[in-house]
Amino acid sequence: MAVVSVPKKKRKDDTRLAILFIAPALAGFLVFMIWPTLRGIYLSFTSFNLLTPPEFNGLDNYIRMVQDPVFWNSMVVTVYYVIINIALQTAFALAIAVMMQRLTKRTWLRGVVLTPYLVSNVVAALIFLWILDYQLGLGNRVLELIGMDRIAFLADSAWVIPTIAVINVWRHVGYTALLIFAGLQTIPETMYEAGRMDGASELTMFRRITLPLLRPILALVLIITVVGSFQVFDTVAVTTRGGPVDSSRVLQYYIYDMAFGRFQFGYASAMSVALLLVLIVITFLQYRLTRAEQSDLA
Amino acid sequence: MRKRLAALMSALLVAGCGWGGTDAPTESGGGTIEYWLWDSAQQPGYQKCADLFATENPGLRVDISQYGWDVYWSKLTAGFIADTAPDVFTDHLNKFAQFVDLEVLRPLDDLAPTADINDGDYQEGLAELWKGQDGKRYGAPKDWDTVAMFYNPASMQAAGIDPASLNTLTWNPADGGTFEKTIAHLTIDANGVRGDEPGFDKTKVKQYGLGVDGSGGAGWGQTQWSAFTGSAGWSVTDRNPWGSRFNLDQPAFQSTLNWYFGLVRKGYMPSFAEIGGNNPVGPDKQIQSGLAAIALDGSWKISTFANLTDAAGQKLEMGIAPTPIGPSGKRASMFNGLADSITSLSEQPDNAAKWVKFMSGEQCQNIIGESGVVFPARPAGTEKAIAFNRDERKLDVSAFTDQVKDKTTFLFPVTTNAADITALMIPRMDAVYIGDEPVSSLNDLNDQLNGLFKVAG
Repeated sequence: MAVVSVPKKKRKDDTRLAILFIAPALAGFLVFMIWPTLRGIYLSFTSFNLLTPPEFNGLDNYIRMVQDPVFWNSMVVTVYYVIINIALQTAFALAIAVMMQRLTKRTWLRGVVLTPYLVSNVVAALIFLWILDYQLGLGNRVLELIGMDRIAFLADSAWVIPTIAVINVWRHVGYTALLIFAGLQTIPETMYEAGRMDGASELTMFRRITLPLLRPILALVLIITVVGSFQVFDTVAVTTRGGPVDSSRVLQYYIYDMAFGRFQFGYASAMSVALLLVLIVITFLQYRLTRAEQSDLA
Repeated sequence: MRKRLAALMSALLVAGCGWGGTDAPTESGGGTIEYWLWDSAQQPGYQKCADLFATENPGLRVDISQYGWDVYWSKLTAGFIADTAPDVFTDHLNKFAQFVDLEVLRPLDDLAPTADINDGDYQEGLAELWKGQDGKRYGAPKDWDTVAMFYNPASMQAAGIDPASLNTLTWNPADGGTFEKTIAHLTIDANGVRGDEPGFDKTKVKQYGLGVDGSGGAGWGQTQWSAFTGSAGWSVTDRNPWGSRFNLDQPAFQSTLNWYFGLVRKGYMPSFAEIGGNNPVGPDKQIQSGLAAIALDGSWKISTFANLTDAAGQKLEMGIAPTPIGPSGKRASMFNGLADSITSLSEQPDNAAKWVKFMSGEQCQNIIGESGVVFPARPAGTEKAIAFNRDERKLDVSAFTDQVKDKTTFLFPVTTNAADITALMIPRMDAVYIGDEPVSSLNDLNDQLNGLFKVAG
């Protein structure tokens, strides 16, 4: 403490110190992010079964990918999942965040919202697998009690993707709400005071003050959640394993099964590269369309 | 010259020491052999074998790890990649060809203790299945299995069916024969109306005549439809083992499956959704909960079925009947067997081979037979298992053993590309089971499977 507090006339060159602090994160980034990505891209041009050395095969994997109906089906299923997941999650998270800010100041109540996020994905999936079980599930008992027919939530091709999307909304909505809530905190209270002076209702203030000023944060939240949503895997692996037939075979699950179930690491890598490209394009578009780098709060 | 000779001598000495050093633990023992299996019911039996092995081979001990079926294979694959695979593991016919292709198995002929394994010591045909396309042996036979029908005698009594009549059931793809009549009668809807009575509501079934173990996409319908396709005279590939042309486009297969999955549409067999989709409850649970009256399952499940209890915790009585006689005039069962394989990553292959030899030997297989969980590969061990079931469980297991005695078995289809085949089969077979696709859609699947071998060849 004492050392830092001594002011100096000329600023000391702290590049070395900076490098020292950056180094661990940079090393991790290079070893765990950049290197696997580069190696994955390399492997996408090879035939590789994990155990014998990879053999270069040019664009074979990419040609196969373009012709693979299961791949395109996986793409469609994944996009379908992302749309349901993100639409519901963002709407609920926004509602929860606004309520957290405008209606309550209690920390424990704000904390409760985050609890599902503390449950691991696999555990959440297992719990819902039981709740939604066709024969024994509590969910289907409730449906019967209110006079409806039982629904095979995780075994009917029409229901699986919406069901998995909602399970993950339940799991992530608190976390997303917290991010948005943090964004709401940055909006000065004076804005709302001014609004109230002018006689604006809560709803009008939400539309005219909250939403426009929240846009940069909302954009950031959307970019993070969309990227995360595209990578849905564990819930599918636990509840449906891609079935029935291919109706929940999301891209990440297909990639995993191709690599570790079928030993076709090269082809799996090519599909991972495709997913990477899709995510880059989507993120770029989102960034531009939402003007995430500009704030109206100036 | 002298100097050079001295240098050479010392080099040889060093080399000699090095050799002695690495081999020392093998010679004097001291090695722990890692052994994996997936069936928890078999672990106590093999632990007994391991204890006996340790006393007979001072300095050697076996460390047994058990993982459930699904985890087992992914853990094993990860182990091959990360060099943490066990020395010896229980291998399955559906997997071993792939492992041979991946070069992770050691041929047993190359190791002294297992070089003299004799095909004739085991039930006919079992040992030959474990030879690769290169003619080398990659697994030492440990047990065999067939399928049969388990049933709850109480539901037979309630339906007025003499259990003895189950032994002579026949089926055909046209009207299902006496087999379909029986399961129709055993089906009861929510109003208590039986499947063969007027007014039967197939949308609200309380007890199905026949349970189901999923669509059979993995493992060639072993515990689902293989007994029917087999007794229709159909076989999966042009030749077995190492077939490369598939027969899924043949009428015998498609008409059988059309009839079999048609039982779902008639309300005699639970639907895909009712058994829990891709996380299905097994036939044993279906019998236990009363969802099904009869169910086909493998002989490795005898102890599971024998130990079933009802909701009040009372032991359920269990009966076993052979698979029905089909259009070929005979009954049929898939004949499958497990074996122990040695990984190429093992640093003590000779010790591993000693353990494999021990498990495939008379002493251990008799111990396994006396534990009554599976039928050991050696005939003497099989007799012990039959005796155990008769004396301890009061169970007649001849429905399983007669298939072997009467030579009505057919061997599990051994092919290469098994992982791809399974991945392609599961969704397509599920689609037929669900009713999304007609059986004729399997023509495309057949082309895909044949295509796998064009690429490989």
